[in-house]
Amino acid sequence: MSQSINQVLEFSPLKTDGMTINMGPQHPSTHGVLRLIVTTDGEFIESVEPVVGYLHRCKEKIGENVTYAQFMPYTDRLDYLAGMNNNWAWAMAVEKLAGIKVPERAEYIRVIMGELNRIASHLVAIGTYGLDLGAWSPLVYAFNEREKIMDLFEKTCGARLTYNYYRFGGVSKDLPDEFREECGKLLAGFDSFLDEIDTLLSENYIFIKRTANVGVFSAKLALDYGLTGPNLRASGVPRDLRRVAPYSIYDRLQFDVIVGHGTKGILGDCWDRYDCRIKEMRQSARIVRQCLKDLPEGEIKTKLPAVFRPPKGHVFFAAENPKGELGFYIVSDGSTKPARLHIRGPSFHSVSILPAVSHGVMIADLVAILGSIDIVLGEVDR
Amino acid sequence: MPSPKEIHDRLKSQFPGFILDFVEERIDPYTQVKPEALARVAAFIKNDSELAFNYLVSISSLDEQGTLNAVYHLQSVDLQTGRTRHGVILKVCVPVENPVIPSVAHIWPTADWQERECYDLMGIRFSGHPDLKRILTEEGWVGHPLRKDYVFPTEYRGIDLT
Repeated sequence: MSQSINQVLEFSPLKTDGMTINMGPQHPSTHGVLRLIVTTDGEFIESVEPVVGYLHRCKEKIGENVTYAQFMPYTDRLDYLAGMNNNWAWAMAVEKLAGIKVPERAEYIRVIMGELNRIASHLVAIGTYGLDLGAWSPLVYAFNEREKIMDLFEKTCGARLTYNYYRFGGVSKDLPDEFREECGKLLAGFDSFLDEIDTLLSENYIFIKRTANVGVFSAKLALDYGLTGPNLRASGVPRDLRRVAPYSIYDRLQFDVIVGHGTKGILGDCWDRYDCRIKEMRQSARIVRQCLKDLPEGEIKTKLPAVFRPPKGHVFFAAENPKGELGFYIVSDGSTKPARLHIRGPSFHSVSILPAVSHGVMIADLVAILGSIDIVLGEVDR
Repeated sequence: MPSPKEIHDRLKSQFPGFILDFVEERIDPYTQVKPEALARVAAFIKNDSELAFNYLVSISSLDEQGTLNAVYHLQSVDLQTGRTRHGVILKVCVPVENPVIPSVAHIWPTADWQERECYDLMGIRFSGHPDLKRILTEEGWVGHPLRKDYVFPTEYRGIDLT
């Protein structure tokens, strides 16, 4: 698989016609409704053109027609595998605009929920990545573990996928009584669960053959295309907004920023991106343990006026989501609704790198690359 | 680590006549740039060794009082530490009758899709873009939904939407 198209053509007197094939929009390995127009030369890819927009709902226009608080449930449906983190980013953007303070207990609950959701999102990422490459069982293990997190969310806010849990100045409900015990139980078995995934998938000979040295993004290329989150960190850039621009209480928490090292191949290959997510889950579990230990008593929400009107002005705020930096650009005219709202979805940028890295790779490797950047189409199409 | 004001002054002396006001906002101050100079300003701040804006965070578009605006959020990221050295916000204003802004897709590849999105939803045309076409709405869609005067369609391919 390491032979490039040019090497093959050099020894071949035959030049074959390119063939254009269509991948998606309805295809399990495209992780949603993504269409790729693939021009191939035999088994090799000449070019790839992603076609997005199948899930477009024009959320930015919706944002101009609903109040700030009413937009909260819409953010759940951006990256629908990390609803808590989207809620959180939106809440923090509006809090920055209006200068709202968040009570201490609410900050801890927010971090707990955000990090549990990061784990849940990464579990789907690695589970479906295994599935893309032909390994069925890791998916079942991953979803089994994710189910426990969904149960915790359901007990806390009533929903399993679209939570609408965060509020400006806090969260909507306090943690249920049994949360601490059940979450502790989940975390107690979590590291051994990840060890199991390591033996099932990370160190699996076939899996390494399919992912190491495949789809290498250099740090410069990744940043040129606006890649953030694990996709950028796997290329060796230790950029994690929780560390480089700490928000909430992250400056008080102990965690490591995970970067790729080219352990199984070249720095920034598919295996590095996969491994970054595995290791980040361990760090997220570590953060949740600290928060559960130090969780203070007190208020969970700052009181806001019934009709909420942030002051005039504009603000850009980005938070570290499981998929990368989710940014909200809000322009306020002092009314109850945003005058303009722009969403920087990290997956949108991740998928835009595909044409730049697909030339000369084999068709099977395109699936490996696509799975490794972990996109969610709800966020690409917005 | 230059402040937005220092970056503004630096640009003003480099491109006299093309850098307009420095707008002191409550949270994020921004620099207004004349559209015809944008591509040159962009190339300068990307390649200058001190400024080195290597990360185009986001291109947003605004429809304000008969003008269309593109807002560029830029950061200079240290690849060794991952930290943001400094940031700047550039705002480019064009008349709604002829909204043309030079493309920066050849400077920051991520601008390619972001400019297509601005074109699709706001109708700003980016001159010199390699393939300026709709990205989120489908081919043949009428109008640009994020314009303030956008009229919602009442039917779509024979389906009544009212």
